[in-house]
Amino acid sequence: MGALPFIIFTAIFGVIGIVLPIVAPKGPNRGIVQCVLILTGATCWLFWLCCYMAQMNPLIGPKLHQNTILIMAREWGNQLPVNPEPHH
Amino acid sequence: MGALFRSEEMSLCQLFIQPEAAYTTVAELGEIGIAQFRDLNPELSAFQRKFTAEVRRCDEMERKVNYIKKELIKDGMEVKDLFYNLPPVPNPREFIDLEALFEKTENEILELSENFNQLLQNFQELTELRYVLERTQSFFSEHVSNYEGSKAEEAGETQQLGFVAGVIEREKVLGFERILWRISRGNVFLRHADIETPFTDPKTGREHHKNVFVAFFQGDQLKTRVKKVCAGYHASLYPCPNNYEERDDMLKGVMTRLQDLTMVINQTKDQRQRVLVSVSKDLPKWIIIVKKIKAIYHTMNLFNIDVSGKCLIGECWIPTNDLHLVQSALTNGSNVVGSTVPSFMNVIATNENPPTFNRTNRFTQGFQNLIDAFGVANYREANPALYTIITFPFLFAIMFGDLGHGIIMFLFGLWMVTSEKKLLMQKSKNEIWNIFFGGRYIILLMGFFSMYTGLIYNDCFSKTMNIFGSSWKIAYNESTIMNNTEGQLQLNPSDDSLVEGRTYPFGLDPAWMLATNKIIFLNSFKMKVSIIFGVVHMIFGVIMSVVNYNHFRRRSSIILEFLPQILFLVLLFAYMVFMMFWKWFRFSPKSQPPYSPGCAPSVLIYFINMMLFGENKYPDGCEEYMFPYQQEVQLYFVIIALLCIPWMLLGKPLFIMCTGGNKGHGDHGDEPMSEIWIHQAIHTIEYVLNTISHTASYLRLWALSLAHAQLSEVLWGMVLNIGLTQSLYVGGAILFPIFGAWAVLTLAILVMMEGLSAFLHTLRLHWVEFMSKFYTGTGYIFAPFHFKTILNEEED
Repeated sequence: MGALPFIIFTAIFGVIGIVLPIVAPKGPNRGIVQCVLILTGATCWLFWLCCYMAQMNPLIGPKLHQNTILIMAREWGNQLPVNPEPHH
Repeated sequence: MGALFRSEEMSLCQLFIQPEAAYTTVAELGEIGIAQFRDLNPELSAFQRKFTAEVRRCDEMERKVNYIKKELIKDGMEVKDLFYNLPPVPNPREFIDLEALFEKTENEILELSENFNQLLQNFQELTELRYVLERTQSFFSEHVSNYEGSKAEEAGETQQLGFVAGVIEREKVLGFERILWRISRGNVFLRHADIETPFTDPKTGREHHKNVFVAFFQGDQLKTRVKKVCAGYHASLYPCPNNYEERDDMLKGVMTRLQDLTMVINQTKDQRQRVLVSVSKDLPKWIIIVKKIKAIYHTMNLFNIDVSGKCLIGECWIPTNDLHLVQSALTNGSNVVGSTVPSFMNVIATNENPPTFNRTNRFTQGFQNLIDAFGVANYREANPALYTIITFPFLFAIMFGDLGHGIIMFLFGLWMVTSEKKLLMQKSKNEIWNIFFGGRYIILLMGFFSMYTGLIYNDCFSKTMNIFGSSWKIAYNESTIMNNTEGQLQLNPSDDSLVEGRTYPFGLDPAWMLATNKIIFLNSFKMKVSIIFGVVHMIFGVIMSVVNYNHFRRRSSIILEFLPQILFLVLLFAYMVFMMFWKWFRFSPKSQPPYSPGCAPSVLIYFINMMLFGENKYPDGCEEYMFPYQQEVQLYFVIIALLCIPWMLLGKPLFIMCTGGNKGHGDHGDEPMSEIWIHQAIHTIEYVLNTISHTASYLRLWALSLAHAQLSEVLWGMVLNIGLTQSLYVGGAILFPIFGAWAVLTLAILVMMEGLSAFLHTLRLHWVEFMSKFYTGTGYIFAPFHFKTILNEEED
């Protein structure tokens, strides 16, 4: 599963939603700025989380065209396993 | 709390103003614009009020100024509107001088215009006479020869042939000729010729084409008849002498007169021009000054006269934070006039409902407008606009999620925001542009969040990007792939198809976006996202009601209304959200049953069975429930949730009955108990049904997102793809117009139409699903006396 992306993105949105509001500039609009930052952090984090968790443990797989499979194999780095030699 | 959390505190003030300082004080208040005056003389009609005479004088001045403005526009001079450096209101002495100046200018312009029109009329008549004299030359020469000929034949005939000459409009000539023929039984002879240059009517400014005509007849009877016909057809008759020399002399005289007249006309025109130019510089200022003065007197008509007749009393709503500004306005007003007795103000306590005032800046104004369009908040109610700043663009972005379209929208919003000042100056009258410009910050944020959701959906003009490397790899060997009969293969996550221990870190895996069965995966994902965000949004809405209960000192409602509502929502729908997350977390392709993919249950079926206390069917080797003790947990949740319903229904009315009836409760103060029971029943039924209906309503986030993605794909596949798959150099030339068509359709359908559609649905989600949980919205908006608003309104 790998918890690294989870930590990174929670940290990013945590800075946006928790740390920045604390150091928000003082002024008549401080409350508005804080509210905007918190809501941005929370909604963006939740959306990212849903997308990540939906793909964490996939229950079905993508159905691909022949051509797409061949191109994926060539361009995206994994070479196809070699055919076993026929023994007859 | 900060701005925009709830509307500002308002105070009802009485202003005691000295009569001589009233005008200047009201002018000061109008410039600042923070006081909403109440009408203290509602029973009086417009004519019975104290300052009616002044208002009438202002109306007169406005009429004069408008007349001058019309004359300026008629002469083709532009009257620009002033947007900055608006002139201040003049004091009453200058006001009288201004009145006199307007009167003098208006009279001058009127006189000059009349003279000018008269001169033009004369000029036209002389020109017509000239044409008559010139053209009839040919008629008479023919006639003389005919006459000579016929005279020789009929020696007995000594009667002279009479004639009339004149000018008639070209369209009427045929009718004229026919009538003459009929009334004279063929004994009238008409000759006519075109005048090439058209005549301009000085009054209407329209052009007419005219013809010269000469009608010959015998006898006086016919003469009168012909003259009557001419009069009926508005033909102007001119005296035309019979013989050539007299005509020539007359013509020369007419030409000299024409020359003189032209000179006089030009001089008059120059003078009129000079007067208008001298006025045109000051006219925009005058227009604004007159409007301001009229507004001041209308406001002063709302005041009351004190019993002793010594001062004017005005009542107004003022934001409590701005009371010091009003105080300084009062002192300034008195100082300008040099009054010895100062005006003062008095804050009065009241039970009346104050207006709702939200202090917005140009960023928050748009979002506040969205909320106010649904209903103005009650006084000091929690303001949803603060949260709408982010939730509105975000819910829009869930439906619109496409990186390319998001970039377009973001750039459009960015352009409008950065050239704000310049675009504000233009003061366009185009309604549609004004709507877009008013929502520029909303569009900017919508575009920004659409770029984010576009990155997560991995969708850019329907194409995907592989930034981090796909987590799916091909586990089949070459022969399986090549010998496959269907042309498609499905990657099985339980085999070797997943890259070990790694999920695509940001967004949807590009392998999914290339798949032919991607809709199956996306539907499941987007529907769950919609419900998750929907439940979170609604819980947020219910929690907002606590803010209101707390502020308005209805703390009992927190236990009687808020607690059952939130329990019902959380125990049922937040539990469903939990089940979704649990299913994502627990069931995995490499696990053994009961957590293998084959055992993964449908969350919706589980939810329905939970509500119906039913059993779940499950395949062999799997378990009925997703986690231990799920059955017990669900049972308790449903029972507590069902208990919340009578709690909501009975709690508040019983409490009101027990605490001694209807005393002391704000909006239910005078209601009989039966009304309270009925209201509570309606609220309970509404709330319970709405939890289900609104949760399902959030599925529109999924539906519109799917529609947008499909439209985008179709547009690419059916339009741009054709251009991109051409061969040879001709393909390059074909690609150019095809790209144009693709771009136009993208902008018109996908950005504009889908954008408007998603905007509307997001608005509905906010107004109905979110705000119905806590918002009342039956207040009235604060409308202060402000010159800027009055001047802007009158521009429309």
